[in-house]
Amino acid sequence: MKNNKKKLILLFCILSVSYFFSLETKAQGILSGGSIHGNFQMDAQLYVEDSVINAPDVSEDMLMNGFSNLIYTNGKFTAGLRYEVYLNPMLGYDYRLKGSGIPYRFASFKSDDFEITVGNFYEQFGSGLVLRSYEEWNLGIDNSIDGINIKFKPYKGVTIKGVYGNQRYYWEKSKGIIRGIDGEVFVNDLFTGLAEMKTKITLGGSMVSVFQENDPSLMLNLPLNVAAFAGRMNINRGKVNFMAEYANKINDPESLNNFIYKNGEALLVSGSYSQKGLGIMFSAKRIDNMVYKSDRKEIGNSLDVNFLPPLTKQHVYSLATMYPYATQPNGEMGYQAQVIYTIPKKSKLGGRYGTTISVNYSQVNSIDKQKIDTIPIGEYGTKGYTSDFFKFGDIVYNKDFNIEISRKLNKKWKAILAYTNLAYNIEVVEGHAGEPMVYADIFILDITHKFTPTKALRLEYQQLFTKQDEGDWLAAILEFTIAPKWFLSISDQYNYGNPHSDKKIHYYMAAMGYTKGTSRIALSYGRQREGLVCVGGVCRVVPASNGLTLTISSSF
Amino acid sequence: MKKVFLLALMITFAAAGFSQETGKKLTKLPAIDVKNLNGEVFNTSEISNDGKPVIISFWALWCKPCIRELTTIADVYDDWIDETGVKLYAVSIDDARSSAKVLPTVNGKSWDYEVLLDQNSDFKRAMNVNMIPHTFIINGNGEIVWQHTSFAEGGELEMFEILKKVAKGEDVSNDSH
Repeated sequence: MKNNKKKLILLFCILSVSYFFSLETKAQGILSGGSIHGNFQMDAQLYVEDSVINAPDVSEDMLMNGFSNLIYTNGKFTAGLRYEVYLNPMLGYDYRLKGSGIPYRFASFKSDDFEITVGNFYEQFGSGLVLRSYEEWNLGIDNSIDGINIKFKPYKGVTIKGVYGNQRYYWEKSKGIIRGIDGEVFVNDLFTGLAEMKTKITLGGSMVSVFQENDPSLMLNLPLNVAAFAGRMNINRGKVNFMAEYANKINDPESLNNFIYKNGEALLVSGSYSQKGLGIMFSAKRIDNMVYKSDRKEIGNSLDVNFLPPLTKQHVYSLATMYPYATQPNGEMGYQAQVIYTIPKKSKLGGRYGTTISVNYSQVNSIDKQKIDTIPIGEYGTKGYTSDFFKFGDIVYNKDFNIEISRKLNKKWKAILAYTNLAYNIEVVEGHAGEPMVYADIFILDITHKFTPTKALRLEYQQLFTKQDEGDWLAAILEFTIAPKWFLSISDQYNYGNPHSDKKIHYYMAAMGYTKGTSRIALSYGRQREGLVCVGGVCRVVPASNGLTLTISSSF
Repeated sequence: MKKVFLLALMITFAAAGFSQETGKKLTKLPAIDVKNLNGEVFNTSEISNDGKPVIISFWALWCKPCIRELTTIADVYDDWIDETGVKLYAVSIDDARSSAKVLPTVNGKSWDYEVLLDQNSDFKRAMNVNMIPHTFIINGNGEIVWQHTSFAEGGELEMFEILKKVAKGEDVSNDSH
């Protein structure tokens, strides 16, 4: 019965959207003049057992992840779906993804000031501190909301958004229901006198509530509706930009905070000054008890309602990504500063093409936590602790100083020189109990030589020095490209400084790729070291593997 | 519920596929809200250049080949403008982690592009971008005429050739589309 009703409602929605549309185009009808576009990707790996690096014997021999999006648009009407297949999920992806199906489908109607989407959608309020649904294929993350999403612009400069639905949970849906509303005003558009003003001001506010039924097994008096609020502003005046967002969440006892009754808080502030050739940026943040999920018992990367960005540089060179920092949602306090300066072209120091220097520093600590009376900090079912908002905690989670100099020497040569010094609390970030803080120095040299206008050779040489964890590493990549279609590369990462002589391992890899337009096929063979793949501060553990990997992707 | 939806979609797709056979139609840009560097909402249907070609390049601060591509184009951008009148929109898909760094980085590198922030990848999804860098060329009528993914040294040369044709109003549908 319930199901039938749902069907009817959905059909009604589709039909009414279609009807709206056919009214617009009158005689044309809905099916003419539309277009279909989409994309496709398949990642597959043939695994070889390798006891030296602890690469497991995969009983399927081969594993594959794939998807295809199809989107149909016709004027104001859009509908789409994504087919996904995991047979079986590749190593490092959650096994609950196993299988195939259509976890994402939607239909939407859009006019100039009104937009409605039914089905799955992605949405973000402000910087995402209270609501962000997104997908990250490389991490196996998709927390799309299935329900209704409305966007409305009642006046010029005013946007109101609403969301209502359940979140995707592998091939199922969250038990919790998410409701949210967000408003944003571009103040300069509201008052005619301000339109020409150089200072541009944006204000916004959001409110989100998650409903989940009681769980008698926890024997706690649980809040069934957990609300969160956020306010934000952005001020821009030419060279100067300032942005701030503050969020507060009511007490939300859940697995990841050991079921304490304490409000959560997050503050994100950043300011920048920039002009041609110079950019300066400073940002700071504080997060306290801000895990926000649509299921209070979820402990993995799934069902996140909000997004807490880490304020550290996202490194790109392989050894610099060896110790990636991830946000500690239960409490952290940190800041970051960055300066980018381009020494002008044709100057003595800058050389003929100019030289760009970028310096970045960030530090993240724990937050201050004090006992309430004599109850141990964070004890199950209590108010948890109190915290001084402006006080840094004593424990260092991460420190990262890095500098990068890049210069085009002449028409044939380019070089990048980089250095990173970091301190990484591996015990807290990766949960390796009892392991000491890792202090590492990383040196990188990246040289490109062009033989002809379209043929180039790139050499990347990296060295990491540390006395902790697995000791010293070196890495080298040699990459040959023929633009715009071909690339070939060979690489090695060598853990020569490992304290255990049987673990001084080489990770060789050979790869090639061919691109035509938007279609790309890439093949690689070799060893992949165990490590963390992180995007936006969310990480996935990639186990060690050896074998042949194939990636095909295309968009049309 | 799934079935009803699928059925509706399949009918739509089939019919649309059929109606497309009458002639090759170029796709226009979708209308998606992103932000400009003032913090103002910018709708992607407003991307235009007075009838001259437009380049749309998806990038992010963490994407080395993207930075290489945009730096390479920056060196020849003035020549490209002189010859074709092109305007480049660099669409950053950086999320809240580093979107505040986009403005100072663009200025610090002295790039003269129009920069847009697509923090939750809405525009990226609507354009079916899988991997970045992914670059589109739009003709004077606002239609997508060419696209390419990945970047290797010298890749800008092919792009410039296409751009010159598009500026003259020539058909580029056979140029490794």
